[in-house]
Amino acid sequence: MVKVLTPRDFGSHPAYIDKNYRSTALRGPTRPLIPIRGISLAAPVYGHDRVSAGDADLTANGRKDGDPQGERIIVTGRVLDDAGRPLANTLVEIWQANAAGRYIHVVDQHPAPIDPNFFGGGRCLTDDQGRYRFVTIKPGAYPWGNHANAWRPNHIHFSVFGHQFGQRLVTQMYFPGDPLLALDPIYLGVPAKSRERMVAQFSIDATKENYALGYVFDIVLRGESATPWENHA
Amino acid sequence: MSNDHPLGQTPSQTVGPFFAYGLTPEQYGYNWPSIAGPEMADEATAGERIIFEGCVFDGAGQPVTDALIEIWQADGAGTYATAQGRNTGFTGFGRAGTGVAGDGVFRFATIKPGAPSATEAPHINIILTMRGLLMHTFTRAYFDGEARNARDPVLAQVPADRRSTLLARQSAPGVWRFDIHMQGESETVFFDL
Repeated sequence: MVKVLTPRDFGSHPAYIDKNYRSTALRGPTRPLIPIRGISLAAPVYGHDRVSAGDADLTANGRKDGDPQGERIIVTGRVLDDAGRPLANTLVEIWQANAAGRYIHVVDQHPAPIDPNFFGGGRCLTDDQGRYRFVTIKPGAYPWGNHANAWRPNHIHFSVFGHQFGQRLVTQMYFPGDPLLALDPIYLGVPAKSRERMVAQFSIDATKENYALGYVFDIVLRGESATPWENHA
Repeated sequence: MSNDHPLGQTPSQTVGPFFAYGLTPEQYGYNWPSIAGPEMADEATAGERIIFEGCVFDGAGQPVTDALIEIWQADGAGTYATAQGRNTGFTGFGRAGTGVAGDGVFRFATIKPGAPSATEAPHINIILTMRGLLMHTFTRAYFDGEARNARDPVLAQVPADRRSTLLARQSAPGVWRFDIHMQGESETVFFDL
């Protein structure tokens, strides 16, 4: 028996085509999604064995000859379903720019310095309470070509699987009080009622004394409904 | 949300153009192990070896060279891997970006999936995301010429005139081609599942 998921809440998600985010014009599907009901698939087995403890410390996993530059931070939170149940042992992957707003990706040509001691990728598995925790550097803002004088707010990319195939989520975490949020078409592409769910909260409890400020970002995925379905055959 | 589902779902955002070193590092030559990649089967994997490849086309017909494709499939006997057990060396999960080959092609070395149940046709589940796509899409590839396609319960929910967008076609012996069209006349069917 596998349980069916609560529907994707399309009222909380961005539309595929958004006139203010130019790249969506030719890349977003134009026809309605076709609803498929009664299909239930476990999340992929993605190789938990390849995740190592050091992968969650981005201040160390790219170190060559010293500490990375910038403001060290802790980013932690829980992966929950929409009934508030924690999702244990699920993969959380992140990637981000360095403190200067530069990605290590070869395609990024923004003329800000690469940090030789910062890679920018991290991952971990949630614990039995659904918790994850990363130590990293606060990413910088950077310009992009969407419109004149366009800048992305500080953000960290997140990829989460959950326990069922349909729970997959790729999102971005933002920082509280960032003035660029009010100008960012990617952030603003999300309906107003749900935008702030992508903004982490500063937390003195997550802050480590004499070490790093802490931010809390909980991630809520579709939940499993109480109605069970017969699985395949 | 209903009373028993009180929390709002976290909104989706685009994967952006710079995911490669985080999600597909080995494929793109970054010095970090990938959790999964385009080489899904090894010598110990039972089943018929295939190449599953294709291109993602935007609404102007141009290949997308910064898309991320994730595939999830049953093994040759139609069984999905679980954390508890799996075929030796075969998880059924693969990941590939379209920015390495230069022509926008994704290419998985895998095995042909078996039918997961008596009523279903063999298929590959696909998650697609890219810059300019604010929420990932789900689709499926079925195999052209497979008799079971006629009875598959998911294909049956797709309007008949769009089913062909879900068919991979054999382009050479052992090579199955599945192009994904984001828009246009032959826009691929994407699912809400």
